[in-house]
Amino acid sequence: MAERQTIDARGSFCPGPLMELIAALKLASIGDEIEVLSSDKGSAADIPAWVNKVGHSYVGTTEKDGCWSIVVRKAK
Amino acid sequence: MSKTVLIVGGGLAGTIIANGLCRQLGDEMRRGEVGITMLGTSETHMYQPGLLYVPFGRIREAELFRDQRKVLDRRVNFFVDPAKHIDVEHNQVTTEQGRTVKYDYLVLATGARPMPQNIPGMREAGHWFYELDAARKLRDALNGFTGGKIVVNVNAPHKCPVAPLEVVFMLYEHFKAKGILDKTEITYTYPIGRLHALEPVAHWAKPEFDRIGIKYETFFNTETVDPEKKTISSMEGVSLPFDLLITIPPHAGAQVIEDSGLGKGGWVPTNTKTLSREGSTNVFVCGDTTNIPISKAGSTAHFEADVLIDNLVSLLQEGRMARDYDGKVFCFVETGMNSGTYVWFNYTTPPNPGPPSQMIHWFKLAYNRLYWLSARGLL
Repeated sequence: MAERQTIDARGSFCPGPLMELIAALKLASIGDEIEVLSSDKGSAADIPAWVNKVGHSYVGTTEKDGCWSIVVRKAK
Repeated sequence: MSKTVLIVGGGLAGTIIANGLCRQLGDEMRRGEVGITMLGTSETHMYQPGLLYVPFGRIREAELFRDQRKVLDRRVNFFVDPAKHIDVEHNQVTTEQGRTVKYDYLVLATGARPMPQNIPGMREAGHWFYELDAARKLRDALNGFTGGKIVVNVNAPHKCPVAPLEVVFMLYEHFKAKGILDKTEITYTYPIGRLHALEPVAHWAKPEFDRIGIKYETFFNTETVDPEKKTISSMEGVSLPFDLLITIPPHAGAQVIEDSGLGKGGWVPTNTKTLSREGSTNVFVCGDTTNIPISKAGSTAHFEADVLIDNLVSLLQEGRMARDYDGKVFCFVETGMNSGTYVWFNYTTPPNPGPPSQMIHWFKLAYNRLYWLSARGLL
């Protein structure tokens, strides 16, 4: 059964939101969703771009009070 | 009734905590009110950052090791008997030799380890320096290297986040001194869209790489290595040829964490400030073992350990926590064989590395020896 996990990478300078997502995707099962919380605006662009490039599914992004929630589904 | 603090793991984090607790709880320990037990995996304590120097013959291997029983305060009940199952519901840990150790407070400090076997072909074709045998093998490969293509390949997650950059700068100077720089091409690969996770470090490294002719491939997450064709390929669809592959393999936490159902990949879900395991009030996590999204580095473990010592002492003496961890990390960055810089940051302060200098390089070399004072809880 698909799971959903949240990575709270707000204020994470190293390794940062995308590195955390890459590591989490390696442990996830196909169909699992991962929500990345980031205080870095750049993540809202970088994460969907990378996810589309490597063939996972980009579910969507929401922004509230300077925090971006980016949701990704493992597709392969 | 005596209280037991059980520390699982005898690396830097566990050792600092054990020694720090002994220093602050001397009276309670003398009265038999508190006991400290450690379950380790080895009689030997290794200074892991020193492995970076092994491939270049820049450290004597004996400098990397001390007898763990000599590093630890003699009041610690130390067993080389790895944990086999950690039962946080019943406050007990069973070991590979069949011991059952009950605890009042538990510290999980089981660390991280490279897993080249997680990428097809990597173990067969790659070299790395995060383990002693592999670092020796890389030293031999460098000694026999007469020129060609080198790929320095970084994978997520990994500990010691500046080591990949450091090794590139050291390789450059090594080949320059050997007189084979003109026959050598170094390509550095990194998982995200810049040369380092820390943005200011990446901004500093890029012109340095350009200046000394290091090639780079960003957004490179390794999918496979072909040992016969000597190529490494990424999920992003890029394939690079190599004569010598130096990799920073993806890491995992300890198997016992996963086997005990405490965290996927061996990383324990941990409160970023209290360092308590999510869902527990008497289980704390330190160093690489946490799932906190900060650097897996010795300094992280050290600063977390300082907080945990204060909190455990306070809990045992007064029944309350003392203070929060603020996310502090400090890393030296070797920028060659004779220069270095450093970077520090916490949850709210971004990193801002200064210009490299010979003085900082010397300080890092000095710290390679001062480490043993840190492990003893003195520095």
